Amino acid sequence: MKQEFTISIFSENHVGILTRITNVFTRRNLNIESLTTSMSALPDVHKFTIVVYSTRDEIEKVSKQIEKGIDVIKAFVLTEDEIIHQEVALYKVPTKTLLEGNEIEKLVREYGARILEVTKEYTVIEKTGHQNETQELFDKMDKYGVVQFTRSGRISVTKSKDELLDNYLRNLESKKNGLTAN
Amino acid sequence: MDTQSQTAIKGKIRTPVRMTGAEAVVKSLQNEGVNLIFGYPGGAIMPVYDALYSVQKELHHVLVRHEQGAVHAAQGYARVSGKVGVAIVTSGPGATNAVTGIADALIDSTPLVVISGQVGSALLGTDAFQETDVVGVTQPITKWNFQVKKAEDIPYAIARAFYIARSGRPGPVLLDITKDAQFASFDYVYEPVNYIRAYKPIPDVEQEQIVAAAQLINLSKKPLALIGQGVILGGAEQELREFLEKSGIPAAWTLLGLSALPSDHPLNVGMLGMHGNYGPNIKTNEADLIIAIGMRFDDRVTGDLKTYAQKAKVIHLEIDAAEINKNVHADVPVLGDVKETLPLLTQKISPNSFPEWLEEFKACYRIEHDRIIKNQLAPLKPGLTMGEVVDRVSTAFGDDAIMVTDVGQHQMMASRYFRFKQSRSVVTSGGLGTMGFGLPAAMGAKLGAPDRQVCLFVGDGGLQMTIQELGTIFQTKIPVKIVLLNNNFLGMVRQWQELFFDSRYASTELINPDFQMISKGYHIEAEKVSEREDLDAAIQRMVNHDGAFLLEVVVEKEGNVFPMVPSGASVSDIRLE
Repeated sequence: MKQEFTISIFSENHVGILTRITNVFTRRNLNIESLTTSMSALPDVHKFTIVVYSTRDEIEKVSKQIEKGIDVIKAFVLTEDEIIHQEVALYKVPTKTLLEGNEIEKLVREYGARILEVTKEYTVIEKTGHQNETQELFDKMDKYGVVQFTRSGRISVTKSKDELLDNYLRNLESKKNGLTAN
Repeated sequence: MDTQSQTAIKGKIRTPVRMTGAEAVVKSLQNEGVNLIFGYPGGAIMPVYDALYSVQKELHHVLVRHEQGAVHAAQGYARVSGKVGVAIVTSGPGATNAVTGIADALIDSTPLVVISGQVGSALLGTDAFQETDVVGVTQPITKWNFQVKKAEDIPYAIARAFYIARSGRPGPVLLDITKDAQFASFDYVYEPVNYIRAYKPIPDVEQEQIVAAAQLINLSKKPLALIGQGVILGGAEQELREFLEKSGIPAAWTLLGLSALPSDHPLNVGMLGMHGNYGPNIKTNEADLIIAIGMRFDDRVTGDLKTYAQKAKVIHLEIDAAEINKNVHADVPVLGDVKETLPLLTQKISPNSFPEWLEEFKACYRIEHDRIIKNQLAPLKPGLTMGEVVDRVSTAFGDDAIMVTDVGQHQMMASRYFRFKQSRSVVTSGGLGTMGFGLPAAMGAKLGAPDRQVCLFVGDGGLQMTIQELGTIFQTKIPVKIVLLNNNFLGMVRQWQELFFDSRYASTELINPDFQMISKGYHIEAEKVSEREDLDAAIQRMVNHDGAFLLEVVVEKEGNVFPMVPSGASVSDIRLE
C-alpha cells in the first residue's frame, strides 16, 4: 500500500551529494513530493528532508541505497505519526482586492496567516502549516485572485526522546577511536 | 574485502616535500603501492604524464589504444590480483570513453581508481575545449567521485579514493583533476585513509543472526548454497570450503562466483542462471533452504521472482546492506564480510551430509549430459562446437589457466565447460554484459598474474569492438592466448531471434575480415582451424608459443547455448532444447 513517507537524511556537507541522493529516486521512477536541505543541530552535518509517496517495502530499499552514498551518514524513514512537520506558503494578492472587500482579511484571521508586506499594488501573506492547510487557504483566496503562490518543502523534527543521529554518531566516533588506538 | 590490498605497504610522508600537483598524483599512487597503470594521454592530463616520465621504472604505464581498453585492462588486473586497478585518461572524450568500463566495474564490484584530467578551474562551466562534466556523468556509475581543483587536495583525495575503492564492497572511484591543480606547487605530505565518518564498509556482525542461520541449517533437509563473487572478494575460499565440508551442503556458483571452489569439488553442483546447469536451477525450486553467500540475486540468476525458491527459507550472507531484501526476501540476513561470518556459522552448525539430495543433483547432471553436454563435447556432426573447443583448451592448460571472456554465447560456453583449480581464475563481464570487455581485460589479467597462463575466449562480434588493443598487446609484449570462436554471427542475439523472434535474423550476420591477417599485422602469431582433427595440435601450438597468440576456430554457424531459462520464466522451467 502506498503512503506518505518523510525521509530524513543526514550527510557531510559536500558538493554533489544531492544528485547522488535524488538519483536513487530517479532510477526507481519515484516522484519527490518535496525536498528541503539545511544545516542540522550538529556542526558539519547537513540535513535533507524528502517527502515521497511509496510502499514501505520500496522506501526501505530506497533508504538503504541512499545510505550507500559514501558521504551520507544516515537515512531515517519516518511516517506522519513520528514527526512534527511544517511548510510555509506565500500568497501575493493585489492590494485592491483587500481594500474592496473583507473576504481576504477574514481568511487571514481564520487560517492564522499573517501579512508580511503591503504596498499600493500588492500584499504578501504568509501561512505556515501542513500542506492541506496552506492549500485550502490558497483555494479559498484564489477566488479573489492570487497572482503568485509558492510553498516550501517540508521541514520536520522527530517526536522521539532519543536523538537517533546523535547516538549513531557517538557510536561511530567511539569505533574510530578504537581504530586509531590499534 | 581482499586481504592482499589490505596489507599492501602504504607509505606515509610526514615531512613536507615541495612538488607539483602532477608529481603529487604520481607520488600518491606510489604511496598506495601502485606499480602498474593503464592510460591514454591528452591535453588536460599532460602534466601527470610528464611526471610519469620520470618514474617509468617504478611505475609502469601501459599505453592502450582506446580509453575503454584502459579501464577494462585495469579491471582485469584488479580481478586477478585483488589489488586496485588504476586507469588515467584525459578530459572530455578521454573520460567519456572510460564510462563503459566504470559502469562495468560498479555492477561487478571491481576496485578501480580512474583519474581524469580536467580543463583549468578558471574555465570550468564555460564549454571549454574538451570540457565535459565528468563528475556529473560518472556520478551514478561510481562508488564515489570527486573533482580536485587545488593541488593541496590531491594527496587526501587519492588516499580517500583508494580506501573507498578497495574497502567493503569494492567499486570504481573517479577523480577529476583540473589542469591548474596539476601544475601548481605545494608542500606534499601523505597519510593513507582508513576511516571516513559517514562510510561503514563492513557492517557489524549480529550474533543472533548467526544463531538463527545455524538453526535453519541444522533443521534443513534440502539445503542449497549459492556462491557469489563476495567469497572471492573477501578472500574467503578456505572458509567456504570448511563451511561446505562440515555441513555437507551442495553448492552452486553464479557466473562471478566461478572458481571460488575447485570445479571438481564433490559438493560443487555447477552454475546457476539462465545458461547454468540443469540441476542447480531445477533444485532451487525444490530446496527447503537457500544459503546465499556474497551474491545479489541478479535477474539472470533468479528468473521469475514470484516463483523463485518458494519452498525455501533464505539465509543471505552479504556485505552490502542494500542487497538484503532487494530482490529476494531474506528470512535471516547475515550482514558482514563472509570471511568473518562463514567461520562463525561453521562453528555453530552440526556436521551433516545429504547423500540422497546430492544424488538428485547427479541425476539432473546425467539428464543434462545426455541431452546437451555430450553433444557439445563429443559431437557426432562435422561442425566444431564451442563447448568442445573450450573443453580441449581447458585440458591443454591443465585446467589451471585464468579464463577471460567477452560477452555472448562463447562466454556462456566458456563458463560451462572451462575447469578451475584455484580462485581468481575468471574475468568476465557479468552484470553489465559489455561486449569488447574481453581483449583489454585479458591484457590486464596477464599483467596482474604474470606467472599464470591467461586464455581469452572471444566472439567475432566482441573482438571487433576493441580489436585495436592488439596494438597494446604487441607494443607491451603481453603473452595472452586468444581463442576466437568465430561463427560469423552475433550468436547470442541470433539465438534469441531464432527462439523468440521467429528466426528473423535482423542485423546479426557479420561479414568478417581475415582475423589472422589482422593479428599478423600487429605481429601477433595467428592460426585458423575449422576441422576437428586439427584442433588439438593447433591448441598445443598456441599453448607452447612463447608470446601472444590468436587461434581462430571456426565453429558451427547456428549453434545454441542450452540449457536456457527464457527471460522472465521460472528457473524450474529451464529448457533443454
